[in-house]
Amino acid sequence: MLTILQDMGSYALRASPQAKALGFTLMAIAQGEATVRCPYHPDLVGDVETGVVAGGVVTTLLDHTCGHAVLAALDTFRPIATLDLRIDYLRAAEPGCDILAHAQCYKLTRSVAFVRAIAFDRDKDDPVATVQATFMLDSSRSARRKGSTSHAQTPTAQNEAAQNEAEDEASA
Amino acid sequence: MTESSPRPATQKLADLIHRTPYIRRLGVKIELAGDEMTAFLPYSETLIGDPGLPALHGGVLGAFLELTALAQLFILTEADHQPRPIGVTVEYLRSGRPVDTYARAQIKRIGSRVANVYAEAWQETRAAPITCLHGRFLLTSRTSPSPAGSSPVQTPSTT
Repeated sequence: MLTILQDMGSYALRASPQAKALGFTLMAIAQGEATVRCPYHPDLVGDVETGVVAGGVVTTLLDHTCGHAVLAALDTFRPIATLDLRIDYLRAAEPGCDILAHAQCYKLTRSVAFVRAIAFDRDKDDPVATVQATFMLDSSRSARRKGSTSHAQTPTAQNEAAQNEAEDEASA
Repeated sequence: MTESSPRPATQKLADLIHRTPYIRRLGVKIELAGDEMTAFLPYSETLIGDPGLPALHGGVLGAFLELTALAQLFILTEADHQPRPIGVTVEYLRSGRPVDTYARAQIKRIGSRVANVYAEAWQETRAAPITCLHGRFLLTSRTSPSPAGSSPVQTPSTT
């Protein structure tokens, strides 16, 4: 899946209307990792008094980047859906600055991907926000992966609720 | 502790929308019934995250709920400054289909510094929410001259 993503370049981003609308660009992609840039735009400001980009924009950027990290961790393409995001806003983003997000998918089970990411403007060591996220992987049997990647793949997390929700997703 | 007469919710809401370009960019509309509000996110193709399904972008639903929580908090509190999000937890319950979405927020607690807010989004069926959010917001004092763009944990390492 990684090579497909690399070959496609930012195709996956262009294919997502919301990512396109926000002007996201894929800066880097590696095994289980992705970096995406969100350009600053006055429309995205949450409070004109401060000029700071709205938290919701950071949410979208983080969700999107995490999704890419999951795709980059998979051997083959499988539809994914965000199960949850837990975001901490560490500080206000600097007005006028682009925001970047870097995500790492650090654990894959049969049906769930675990990801963490940071959003930053100037300095990676001084993040604007951090997120911890989980994604549901398509639970179809045909999608069960063969062969291993550098990521641990033991199906230990048997999250039944997650499983149920994946079925809901699939039927929706 | 002077008790200035509270501004009506409609006025506070108009003020919030005026100073939040991102609310207008997303196309969010807010309706008030007294101090209870319902937020409305009209469907637009640009809100789609996955064109294959198609499904609304998860980030958009998170952002919509965060704005709903923020707006409800803003019109219920005396603060003149927007509360700042400390953190949010967003749970995706069902896929967001390409139709209009609604949301309401409930203030769980307002303390002197922090407010906890719960918000829920739904589409056709109110009883079948698609996304929910738990948000923690820092209430900025209405008198404190908080410098623009600063935050309590801002470090001086960025220029």
